[in-house]
Amino acid sequence: MSFSEKYIFSTDHKVIGLQYMFTGIFMALIGGFFVYVFRMQLAFPGIEVPFYGTVTPLAYNSLVTNHGTIMIFWFAMPVLIAAFGNILIPLMIGCDDMVFPRINRLSFQIFLLSAIILIASFFVPNGGFGGAWTAYPPLSAEAAYNSTPLGAPMWLIAVALEFVAFLLGGINFITTLMNARAPGMTMYRIPMACWMIVIASILFMCSVGPLIAGAVMLLFDQTLNTHFFDAAGGGDPLLWQHLFWFFGHPEVYVVLLPAMGFVADIMAVMARKKLFGYKTILYSVFATGILSFVVWAHHQFIAGIDPRMANLFTVTTLLISVPIAELCFVYIATLYGGSITFNTPMLWALSFLVEFLIGGVTGIFLGASGADIYFHDTYFVVAHFHYTFVPIAIIGFYCGITFWFPKIFGKMMNDTLGKIHFWGTIIPFNFIFIPLFLLGAAGQHRRIYNFENFQDLALPEFFNLRVIATVSLIVMICFQLVFLVNFILTLRKGKKAPKNPWNSNTLEWTAESPPPHGNWPVLPTVYRGPYEYGHPDRPDSDYWPQDEPGPDPADPDYKSTQA
Amino acid sequence: MIEAYVERASTYAGDIDNLFSMVFWIVAVWFIAAEAILFYFCFRFRKVDGVATEYITGEEKHHKKWISIPHYLVLFFDVFIVIGAVAVWYDVKQRLPEPDLVIGVVAQQWAWTFIHPGPDGVLRTDDDITTIDELHVMENVTYHIEMESKDVLHSFSVPVFRLKQDIIPGRRITGWFKATRTGEWDIQCTEICGIGHALMPARIHIKSAYDHNQWVVQNSPNSSGQALASISQP
Amino acid sequence: MSFQVPIATNRSATGIPTSRLAVWWILASEVVIFGGLIMCYLMFRLHHESWGFEAAHTNPIAGGVNTFVLLTSSLFVVLAHQAAEAKETDKSVRYIWFTIFGGFIFMMVKAYEYTTEITHGYTMFKSVFWSFYYTATGLHGFHVMAGMFIMWMISRDVKKGKNLHRVEIIGIYWHFVDVVWIFLFPLLYIAK
Repeated sequence: MSFSEKYIFSTDHKVIGLQYMFTGIFMALIGGFFVYVFRMQLAFPGIEVPFYGTVTPLAYNSLVTNHGTIMIFWFAMPVLIAAFGNILIPLMIGCDDMVFPRINRLSFQIFLLSAIILIASFFVPNGGFGGAWTAYPPLSAEAAYNSTPLGAPMWLIAVALEFVAFLLGGINFITTLMNARAPGMTMYRIPMACWMIVIASILFMCSVGPLIAGAVMLLFDQTLNTHFFDAAGGGDPLLWQHLFWFFGHPEVYVVLLPAMGFVADIMAVMARKKLFGYKTILYSVFATGILSFVVWAHHQFIAGIDPRMANLFTVTTLLISVPIAELCFVYIATLYGGSITFNTPMLWALSFLVEFLIGGVTGIFLGASGADIYFHDTYFVVAHFHYTFVPIAIIGFYCGITFWFPKIFGKMMNDTLGKIHFWGTIIPFNFIFIPLFLLGAAGQHRRIYNFENFQDLALPEFFNLRVIATVSLIVMICFQLVFLVNFILTLRKGKKAPKNPWNSNTLEWTAESPPPHGNWPVLPTVYRGPYEYGHPDRPDSDYWPQDEPGPDPADPDYKSTQA
Repeated sequence: MIEAYVERASTYAGDIDNLFSMVFWIVAVWFIAAEAILFYFCFRFRKVDGVATEYITGEEKHHKKWISIPHYLVLFFDVFIVIGAVAVWYDVKQRLPEPDLVIGVVAQQWAWTFIHPGPDGVLRTDDDITTIDELHVMENVTYHIEMESKDVLHSFSVPVFRLKQDIIPGRRITGWFKATRTGEWDIQCTEICGIGHALMPARIHIKSAYDHNQWVVQNSPNSSGQALASISQP
Repeated sequence: MSFQVPIATNRSATGIPTSRLAVWWILASEVVIFGGLIMCYLMFRLHHESWGFEAAHTNPIAGGVNTFVLLTSSLFVVLAHQAAEAKETDKSVRYIWFTIFGGFIFMMVKAYEYTTEITHGYTMFKSVFWSFYYTATGLHGFHVMAGMFIMWMISRDVKKGKNLHRVEIIGIYWHFVDVVWIFLFPLLYIAK
C-alpha cells in the first residue's frame, strides 16, 4: 500500500482514530495558545504578550470565543469520542473494523474541513468570530453588531460541519457496538469505555438536531438578511438560546461520559478489582442522559424567560446531580478492597474523580436559581465549568493516552516522566481556577478584556489573583512539554510493549501491540464480563481475560469452587 | 461569604448570600466526605504484596446500601436547596412590589442611558433627568427599573444588589430593588455585546433622600422640588 | 488495493441487519433536526396571529398535488423493495426510477410554487413566516434531491445484481422524507 493509501486515505479505524487524535491535539495547542494570550492581557492589561503582541478588544473577544469553541468541538469531542472511540471500540468488542469504514473516513474528512474553515476564519479581515461560543443573536446575526462579517459565518459553518462529521461518526459507533460484537459478548459484558462512548453518541444525535436547524436559521440571518432572531423583524432572540442550550446541556454529558468510561476501565485494572455495580453505573448513565434533556434553561435563568419556568429547571437541575453523585460514589466504592498500583494512568484516573467532584458540587450553586442571579456570567461559572471540562478533556485525554499507549503505539511510556507531567499539570490547574472562584464571588464578570475599567474590580488584591491564575497557567503549559518529550522519546526508542502490560481482561489487550490491519488473524470469542478481577476461584491469577474459555461467574448457574 | 468581597446594598442581597452559604455548607460536608473516603481508600487499599483483593460485584444488597443511603440523603438535602432557591427567586424575580419610583434603563453598544423621574416623581415626563453611565437612586425606596436595549442583548448587573437581568431588544423588562445603604459602586453589562462590552461600565450612586433630592432639583430640566418630598419618606 | 468490507459489517448481534440499524439511527437524528425546526415554527405561529394571514398565500393545491406525488412515489419504492427481495432486478430498477421520477415531479411543483410566490413578493425576507416556509420546505427539498441522487446510485448497483439490500434502506429513508412532508403540508398549507 502506498503511503497515501495507508495513512491519508485509510479506512482502518485505528488510522482514522489517530488522524482525529493528532488533529485534536493540534487544535488544542491553538486553543491553549489563545488562553495564554488572553490571560496575559487580563493579568497585565495592555502588555505586549510574548509571541503575540498587544490584545485589542476585538481580538480579545475572538480569542475567548475560539478558545471555548475549539476546546469543546475540536479537542474534547474528537479526542475522547472520535479518536478513542475509533481506536478502541472494534478492539474492545472483538471485531476487525467499524461497520462502515468508508463513512468513517468521510466523517474525518468533513471534520478536517471544519477545522480548516475555523482556522481560516482567524485570517480574514477583522478576524475570527467574537460573540462567545454561545453565539447569541442579535450580536451573532449581524456584522454591524459583531464587527466580524466573514469570521461569524465561517465560525458557524465550521461548527455545523463538525456536527455533521460527528453525526456520521456516531452512526458508526452505535451500529458497530450494537451489531459487530464478538460471539458471547452480551450487553452486560461490554466494557464501560465502549458503553459510554456509544451512549454519548446517542445523546449527541438526539440533541444536536434543533441546533442544526437553528444554525441554518442563524446562517440565513447572517448572510441573507432574514430575521429569525431579530425582534425588529418579527423574530425572537431568545429562540436561539433555547435551541443552543437544548443541545448545549446534553453536550456536556456527551463529553463527560467517555472520560468516565476510561476512568472506570483504568480503575478496575489498576486496583485489580471488579467494577462496583456495573448495572448501577449503566442505569445512572441512562438517567443522566434522559434528565439532561430537561435542564437546559438553567443557562437562561435571568435571560428573560418566564420567571415561573426557572423553578422547574432548578428542580430538574438539582435532580440531575443525583445520578452523577451516584456515579462518583460507585467509582469510589470500586477502590474498596482493591490492591491499587499508583502508576501514571491510575494517577490520572483518580485525579479525575478528585477534581471533577469540585466541578460537580459547584454546579449546585449555579443550579439554585436564586443564587444564579448573582453568579450568572461571572468567573464563578468559568471556574465551575473548567473544574468539569478540564477533568473531562485534559485529564480524560491523559487517562486514555497513558493507559492505551502501549496498545496503540507498541511501546511503553516512561512512568517517571509520566508522574512528573502529572503533578506538573494537576497542581497548577488548581491554582488557576481557585482564584477564579474567588474572583467570581467578588462579582467579576465574563468576557471582559480589561478590569481596569471597573473601579470595584480594579483592586490590587484582585489583580494578584489574576496574576496567580495566569502564572499557574504558564507553569501548567510548560509541563506539557514533559509529556511531549515522553511521547516522542518513547516512539523513537521506547521499550517494546508486550501484548498485555497491565494484565487487563478486555479484548484489545489480546491483539498485538500495535494491532495489524484486521486486528486479529482469528477474531476472539467472549466468555465473561470485562471486570472479573480477584475472583476467589482463581488463586493463581488475579485476572480472568474475557476471551479465555471457561465459565462466567456472573452466570446464575455458576457453581463456585469455594466451599 | 460573598459579603467578604462585595458589600450588601439591597433588601435581597442578604437572602442571596445566605442561600449561597446554605448550599456551601451542605455541599462542603458531602465534598469533604467524598474526598476523604477517596483518599482513605487509596491509602488503605494500596498494593501490598501478599494481600489479595476482595471480589465484590456491587449487586449484593449489603453492598448496594452504601450507595443507596447516600443517594437518598443527597435527595433529602436537595429539598432544602430547592426550597431556599425558589424562595429567593420568587422574591427577586417573580414578584414586583409596588414601586415608589420607576427608572428607565436603556442599554446600547456601548453605553447605559438612565432616565430618572424628575421632581414630579413620574417617569416619561418633561422634567425627567437623563444621564449616561450613572444611576442615581435613594436608599430605602422601592424602585422599578424598566430595561430596554437598542441593539443587541445586554445585561444589567449591580453586584452590591446581587441583581442581574438580561435585556432583550424588542422588549421592555421590569425588575425591582430597594437599596439599603448609601455609597457608590459598579454597574456592569454582563452579556457580551460586541467589542465595547468592557467599555460600558457605569456607576450607581445611592444617596440619602435629602442628598438625592438635591441632585434631582439641581439636574432636572424643569425643576420644582415639591412633588418629590412626599415620596422620600422612609 | 481496493476496499474490502470487514467482517464487522456483516455481523448482527441484534439480529437486525447493520444497514437497517444505521438508517434508523440516521432517521432519529433527522427527526430531531426537522422536529426542532417544526417546534420553532409552532412556537412562533401560536404567538403571532399575523402568521395565519401570511400562510393564506401558500398554494394548497400545489401542496396537495405534492403530497399525492410523494405518497405515490413511496408506494413505488415499496414495490422496488419487493422486486429486489424476489431478485427481479430489472423490475426493481424500473420502480426505483418511478420513485425518482416522483421526486422530480415534486421538485418541479415546488419550483413552480417558489417562482409564483417570489414574483408576487412573498420572498424569504418578507416576514419570519416566509423565512420559515422557505427554510423548512427548502431543507425538505434538499433531502428529496439527496434521496433521488442516492436512489440513482443504488439503481446502478441493482442493475448489476449487487447490494440489493440497499433498496430497502433507501426506501426507509424515502418514507421518512414523505413523513416530514406530511407534517409540513398541514402546518404550512392547510392551517390558515
